[in-house]
Amino acid sequence: MIKHSVVIVGGGPAGMAAAIAAYDRGVTDTVIIDREEELGGILRQCIHNGFGLHKLGRELTGPEYADVYKKQVEERGIKVYHTTMVTAVSPELVVTAQSREGLMKIQAGAVVLAMGCRERSRGALSVAGTRPAGVYSAGTAQKLINCMGYTVGKKAVILGSGDIGLIMARRLSLEGAKVEAVCEIMPYSGGLTRNIVQCLEDYGIPLYLSHTVAEIHGTDRVEGVTIAQVDENRRIMPETKRYIPCDTLLLSVGLIPENELTRAAGIPMDPVTNGALVDENRQTEVPGIFACGNVLQVHDLVDYVSDEAEIAGMGAADFVLGKQNGGESVSVKPGQGVRYVLPQRINVGEEKDVPLFLRVVKPYGKVRFTVKAGEEVLATAVRLKAAPGEMEKIVVKKEKLDGVQGEITVSLEEIV
Amino acid sequence: MVYDVIVVGAGVIGGMVTRELTKYQLNVCLLEKESDVACGASKANSGFIHGGFDPEPGTLKAKMNTAGIGKLYETAKMLHVPHKQNGSFVCAFGSEEEPAIHELYERGLENGIQGMSIISGEEARKMEPELSEEITLVLNIPSAGIICPYELTIAAVGNAMDNGATLKTNFTVTQIQRAGDVYTVTGSDGQTVQGRYVVNCAGAYSDKISAMVGDDSFTIIPRAGEYLLLDKAEGSRVTHTIFQVPSKEGKGILVSPTVDNNLLTGPTALRVRTSGSTETTDDGMAIVRNLAKKSVPGVDFRQIITSFSGVRASVATGDFIIEPAKGAENFVNVAAIDSPGLTSCVAIAEYAVEILGKMDLDLTANPQFDGTRSDPHFIKKMSDEEKSAYIAEHPEYGRIICRCETVSEGEIRDAIKRNPPASDVDGVKRRTRSGMGRCQGGFCMPYVMKLLSEVNNVPMEQVTKKGKTSDLVTGRIG
Repeated sequence: MIKHSVVIVGGGPAGMAAAIAAYDRGVTDTVIIDREEELGGILRQCIHNGFGLHKLGRELTGPEYADVYKKQVEERGIKVYHTTMVTAVSPELVVTAQSREGLMKIQAGAVVLAMGCRERSRGALSVAGTRPAGVYSAGTAQKLINCMGYTVGKKAVILGSGDIGLIMARRLSLEGAKVEAVCEIMPYSGGLTRNIVQCLEDYGIPLYLSHTVAEIHGTDRVEGVTIAQVDENRRIMPETKRYIPCDTLLLSVGLIPENELTRAAGIPMDPVTNGALVDENRQTEVPGIFACGNVLQVHDLVDYVSDEAEIAGMGAADFVLGKQNGGESVSVKPGQGVRYVLPQRINVGEEKDVPLFLRVVKPYGKVRFTVKAGEEVLATAVRLKAAPGEMEKIVVKKEKLDGVQGEITVSLEEIV
Repeated sequence: MVYDVIVVGAGVIGGMVTRELTKYQLNVCLLEKESDVACGASKANSGFIHGGFDPEPGTLKAKMNTAGIGKLYETAKMLHVPHKQNGSFVCAFGSEEEPAIHELYERGLENGIQGMSIISGEEARKMEPELSEEITLVLNIPSAGIICPYELTIAAVGNAMDNGATLKTNFTVTQIQRAGDVYTVTGSDGQTVQGRYVVNCAGAYSDKISAMVGDDSFTIIPRAGEYLLLDKAEGSRVTHTIFQVPSKEGKGILVSPTVDNNLLTGPTALRVRTSGSTETTDDGMAIVRNLAKKSVPGVDFRQIITSFSGVRASVATGDFIIEPAKGAENFVNVAAIDSPGLTSCVAIAEYAVEILGKMDLDLTANPQFDGTRSDPHFIKKMSDEEKSAYIAEHPEYGRIICRCETVSEGEIRDAIKRNPPASDVDGVKRRTRSGMGRCQGGFCMPYVMKLLSEVNNVPMEQVTKKGKTSDLVTGRIG
């Protein structure tokens, strides 16, 4: 069996940042195992700009952002197993992987899970109708267009106003296709405001809120879709059905962390994030296995993925170096108005500030977030508005965590 | 050339009939209107091997089911088609439905079914803890099983081709004429195929094919069955195939594991407009959800990965039609094969060939016939050591293309090359399971397209989802 100190599963933005952080923390025997031929993951197909503003202070395209990290991986001489797929991770930290070279088993000192996420499919939505060609998840269309150089259709409807759907509305328009409509089943968009402005409004593409695709038509290729308004319970209102001729339907209806390896390893999961339960170092409930990036929680900005991956990379390095504290921990729970908080557990007595990441349950105007342990207020933060599409970060200072007991909750209240 | 036998329709029946014919020294041509085999009801059904209690004693269905079950298990083994004898339960909900259980049991005895028993709801729940508390009495049929119906069809056709049969896809029969003792079958694009005997296995279109030779004695009444397929996370919810007491409309909604460890629920039994009406409906999917939960309340329908619908080729009499066409010589109708058609397919094929023999088709054994087919999923069954050694020799089996179902490039290349060759993305999917998993091809489809393009030497713009005009990309950028 091969041995490596830190094994990173996935060579996207999370995997690269975790590897660099682990290396810089002093664990030079850090390796990345990646399915693709080139590092960068999904960033390779995200040729639009908007990456890096927070993390690097400049605006880059996806591949440019990836290259910043790829270069750092190369400079450090971090070993990358390319076109290699991890098929199992065991709680004993044995990683099984497969490639054209054969099967490989690695005994790791620590493992960082950074597999990213996948898109929800048409099947998962159970859209009624036929099953013709021309129904793509937005990311698949993005790969075909941006990485392989093919157009996917001439007239499109997009279901879902997540960021990839919005970006793809613009991308299809730039390639000469007509985007007839973007339908969003919720009464608000799940995408970033800047994307709604830059990708829809600037191109005159209508966004229909509280609308869905009720039926797909066409035998060989999509010939049209029936869209309809939904009521407050997201049920189709039959009287609002209308037919839109098109040859393409793109789906941007949510991302699902790719946690099959995680589940198979028996790692406890958070049913809300669909990622592992982790502590502030992004360590899962299985000692030595860490997780970061979209496999842990779906982020809206890659910049935050990189931040999170650095925490996990350092955590994994500390685990290997035996620097980890094994003391008491308290759990962190979402309260009023908050859908989830991550990390779900904080080790008490670690000498560092802990940023909490969270999402709200619905759009709000001005709100105040309060982090409490029992009656003691650990942190507060005011935001002029909050929406489920934008992740919030609230830092709890280390002195506040000293000797904290019971359960920590994060809740919000609307203020005027 | 003039073929000895032309078989119309490459579903599981046409495939098995063709394979059966290759056991003899015959030139056989199989015609299929779609771009691939198993594109009708054979790809969209319950994949269930019926115990045989259901058909009325004395009917062809009863005979074929009873004779067919053992033959199917045996053939599935020879062809390396995934199958499992997992047993089935027919469940009664309350005293009103209980007499039906006893009736089915009696009928099963009459049909010669072995090993059945009637058990209480509690006993059933000991074996299947997820069963509804409302279930009071259960017919337990241990001989029943599950099988992958499209892989069975693919394997049957592939094996027939390996034994010399010819497959013509994209051949929509529009006319059948007879001059002397030769039939000329014309396709929609004008091409013709000639043969001395014709077997009509056209499924939901078999009435139309039969009418082409003047026999319009039966009419297919298309009834759709909608299904919801769930992720492997739900695959162990039950181990048996769970039925409800059947009604006139069908055998009720089943909840069953599949051979690939998914969970299958369905089908509905709704009359539809045409034989091609395979769309799913909100109403149909709601029926499946509700009735599946009636049997197994814990089914988590958030885990749906896909929905689909198949059209049954039913007729008013309710029985199979396996007989010479009326008023046309050397023409056999194998029609109205709805449930339990899959279970009966091998027996039906043998019976149809027997009829051809009575029509003086020369049935001299083909000494070269080999009824076995190698396992397309062999790599998955290897130990880690075996796999490593195999990949060292054949690196393409090491590169994973479909991550959800762990399908390698080597398996996809095999599917594109071996009989019957996959010519489109759905064809690869049915042979290898690439794209069958939870992401439904989101990641692997572009790679599968590239492999189809490369191996078949066609531009990407000509790679389709399922033949004809089902183009996936419309042009090049720039």
